Amino acid sequence: MSNGNYKITDYVHIKDHRIFHGKDQVFKTEKSLGLDQFLKASYKKLEIAYPKFHKMDGLCKLGIIASEVLFKEHFISPDTALVFSNSASSLETDKKHQQAMGGMVSPSVFVYTLPNIVLGEISIKHKLQSENVFFIENQFNAELLKEYAEVLLEAKKTSAVVCGWIDLKNAKYDVFLCLISKEGEIPLSKENLKKLYIFENE
Amino acid sequence: MSDLRTELKQNIIEQLNLEELEVADIDNDVPLFGDGLGLDSIDVLELIVMLEKDYGIKLTDPDQGKEIFASIEKMAEYIEANRTK
Repeated sequence: MSNGNYKITDYVHIKDHRIFHGKDQVFKTEKSLGLDQFLKASYKKLEIAYPKFHKMDGLCKLGIIASEVLFKEHFISPDTALVFSNSASSLETDKKHQQAMGGMVSPSVFVYTLPNIVLGEISIKHKLQSENVFFIENQFNAELLKEYAEVLLEAKKTSAVVCGWIDLKNAKYDVFLCLISKEGEIPLSKENLKKLYIFENE
Repeated sequence: MSDLRTELKQNIIEQLNLEELEVADIDNDVPLFGDGLGLDSIDVLELIVMLEKDYGIKLTDPDQGKEIFASIEKMAEYIEANRTK
C-alpha cells in the first residue's frame, strides 16, 4: 500500500557517541565515555530537565533523548502513534534483572524488562494518547515500518507516526527514529527509510 | 541531624536515582510523595526492599507504608524502633 501522501518529515540518529538531527550532528562526546556517561551528557546538553529520566534504563533514556531531538521543531499531536522495533528487545535490563535474582531483585529494574516500556515513557513525557507497537526483528525492516505507519494513517487512527529502530545490546546502541506525516519533502517509501537509516550505518 | 537520617537520604538518592538532589536538599519532614520529593509507586517498592536489606525489617501490612514512608523523620523513627540489623 502506498498512496504517496505521506512524507518523512524529520529524523534522528543516535549511534557511536553521536546524535544527528537530520543530517546535522547536534552532539558528540569522546568515544571513551561509557553508555551511562554518554546518556547523561546528552541529557544535559539537550537541557531535558526531566528528573524521571535518571530512573530509566538505557533503552528508555535513548528513546527520551531521540524523541526530544525529533520533536523539538514540530507540534506533536497527542494522537501521534509510535511504531518502534529492535533486535535485542530489553536484553540489557533483562540481564541486569537476572543477575539480581540470586538475591533481592530491584522493582525499578524489573519494570523495564519489556522493550515497549520506552513507548510508555515517551508517551508520558509528551502526553501522547495514541496507538503504539514494538516489533522484534532481526534487522531494520523498512517495509514493515512503512506498511504499519501507512495502515495507521490511512485508518485515521493518527495524524502522524514516529517509527524506527531503537536497539541496545552490550552497551552498543543504534537509534533511528523518524516522524511520518503529510508535511515534508521526502516521500515515505521503503527505499527512503532504508537510505536514511544507513546514512549513519555505512 | 542524626546519622541514620543522613544515611537514609544518601540511600534514597542513590537507590532511587534522584540524581538532581543532594542530601542537603531533603528536609527531615518533607513528604516523600506528592508535592514533596515526588516519589512514585515503584519507589515505594524500592523503599520496602531497602528496609529489608539494610535494616532487616520486613513489612507485612501494605497499609503501614503510608505512615512509615511519609517523611525521612517517620522512616527513621520506624527503623529505630524495629530494626533487626
